Amino acid sequence: MTALTRSFRVVEAELVVYRRTWRGTVISSFVNPLLFLSAMGLSLGTLIDSSGADLGVPYLTFVASGLMAATAMQAGAGEGSFPVMAGIKWRKEFYATIATPLAPADIVYGRFLWTIIRLTFILVVFAIISVLFGALELGPALLAVAPAVLTGVAFTTTVTAFTVTQENDTSLSTLFRFGITPLFLFSGTFFPISQLPAFLQKVAYVTPLFHGVELVRKVALPEADQSVVTAMPMWIHVVYLTAMTVIGLVLSARLLDKRLRP
Amino acid sequence: MPESIVQARGLTKKFGDFVAVDSIDFDIVKGEAFGFLGPNGAGKTSTMKMITTVSPITDGKLTVLGLDPTTQGRSIRQRIGVVPQEDNLDLELTVAENLYVYGRYHDMNRADIRRRTEELLEFAQLTDRAKSQVEPLSGGMKRRLTIARALINDPELVILDEPTTGLDPQARHVLWDRLYRLKQQGATLIITTHYMDEAEQLCDRLVVMDKGVIAAEGSPRELISKYAPREVVELRFLDGEQDQAVLKLDGLAHSSEVLADRVLLYTDDAEATQHEMGERGVHPEQVLVRRASLEDVFLKLTGRRLID
Repeated sequence: MTALTRSFRVVEAELVVYRRTWRGTVISSFVNPLLFLSAMGLSLGTLIDSSGADLGVPYLTFVASGLMAATAMQAGAGEGSFPVMAGIKWRKEFYATIATPLAPADIVYGRFLWTIIRLTFILVVFAIISVLFGALELGPALLAVAPAVLTGVAFTTTVTAFTVTQENDTSLSTLFRFGITPLFLFSGTFFPISQLPAFLQKVAYVTPLFHGVELVRKVALPEADQSVVTAMPMWIHVVYLTAMTVIGLVLSARLLDKRLRP
Repeated sequence: MPESIVQARGLTKKFGDFVAVDSIDFDIVKGEAFGFLGPNGAGKTSTMKMITTVSPITDGKLTVLGLDPTTQGRSIRQRIGVVPQEDNLDLELTVAENLYVYGRYHDMNRADIRRRTEELLEFAQLTDRAKSQVEPLSGGMKRRLTIARALINDPELVILDEPTTGLDPQARHVLWDRLYRLKQQGATLIITTHYMDEAEQLCDRLVVMDKGVIAAEGSPRELISKYAPREVVELRFLDGEQDQAVLKLDGLAHSSEVLADRVLLYTDDAEATQHEMGERGVHPEQVLVRRASLEDVFLKLTGRRLID
């Protein structure tokens, strides 16, 4: 078996599970954007737009594009944390996998491919609902799925590398509370980071979700000017997120091998 | 010369300063059931993990099916079956799906997996549970499914790490029966256990491990006759009387072991020993005469019981 075949076998195992559980995940994939877009986009948006604030686009459009990246981050970090801890410590099914011709690295690459599939599905649903809400145009919204998936997997691989070195889920809760949630709130998803104090803006520039949000917005809102997005060229975002994904992937494979085959 | 399936020379495993396996030698030949008997922490599982190529060897030489675990791990794992100490079935999958996924991991095609699944569910007496979730199965059923899963690729060598630990007696006997059948079909088995009855039932040959080294090697019968006389007289005394009695038992038997709750006398003639005991004025609360077992061998070799 080639390395790619082995990774696909891990994807196949996930699909066997998914064949039974997809209904539940479809519902949550629909409900999540529905709730966020009606609460933040429509309700809060009406208030903001009528207050005379100038975002260049309606608030609903602004927040929908930001939320695509933020949703990808949350789902991506989710795939890299609890299921990985379960495989190592709770259900220990990773140990069963490595007793076959598959190795720890195959698990990492396979789960990476699987996460791309999962995220693509979640984000296509998100894009379509955004279009139905009148927040985004269909073409750019679907194009923006790709940068959003990139944002998500950048978190999956790095969070996986972190999870693999941890002993229990306390550290995972800490990661979400002090890492993912602040990023969710302060990376430009809900308001432009130009609203932040100057020094926090500089901090925001180096955080991954900022690059994800910017990239998704630049693709989803091709005509947006600098009241909506920064002047930073797109390639910087792409390089940042790609580097993060690759480093996370290489580290995860190495660390999981150490963890499972001491 | 029978074909050697696993060969170890000076095999060593260290975790930092801790030596889990300390330069052991052994040969496992085709078609036999080979046991590793020892208490928890003896180094059995570390040895199994090196054989199954999921733990790199620290030192020494190991070949499995003629291959090198360090560089040819994948090819080795393709041809062996592993039953781990702790069940690690995929609880999100059904019984049959667990076998399917494992078959795919072994690069089998769907038709072969389907055929093999039917056979194995029959073998594991789980045919009517094929579509059940794994979670609600009993401990014995989960164990049998784990064994069936390990057999999906028709392995030449099956490694079972404490296959019956934690099972009730009835489930253990069902499992022993399955393993016995497996052996009759020609598979080579490696079994670790800390139950001497299990080793006596299943193993053609075994090594006794303690603190990372091999303390003895042979068939169960050989080990018993070599390290323990034929019969064992077990004496239990009323509270506080044991210490007094032990003094009077000196020289009565080949050898003796004084445990917290009883005294064991090793002898070739239990009747004569009991008679002599009466002469000396020793009157235990309870006397039990039995044949020597592997547990006695272990006690003899290490001065400790297998399960504390």
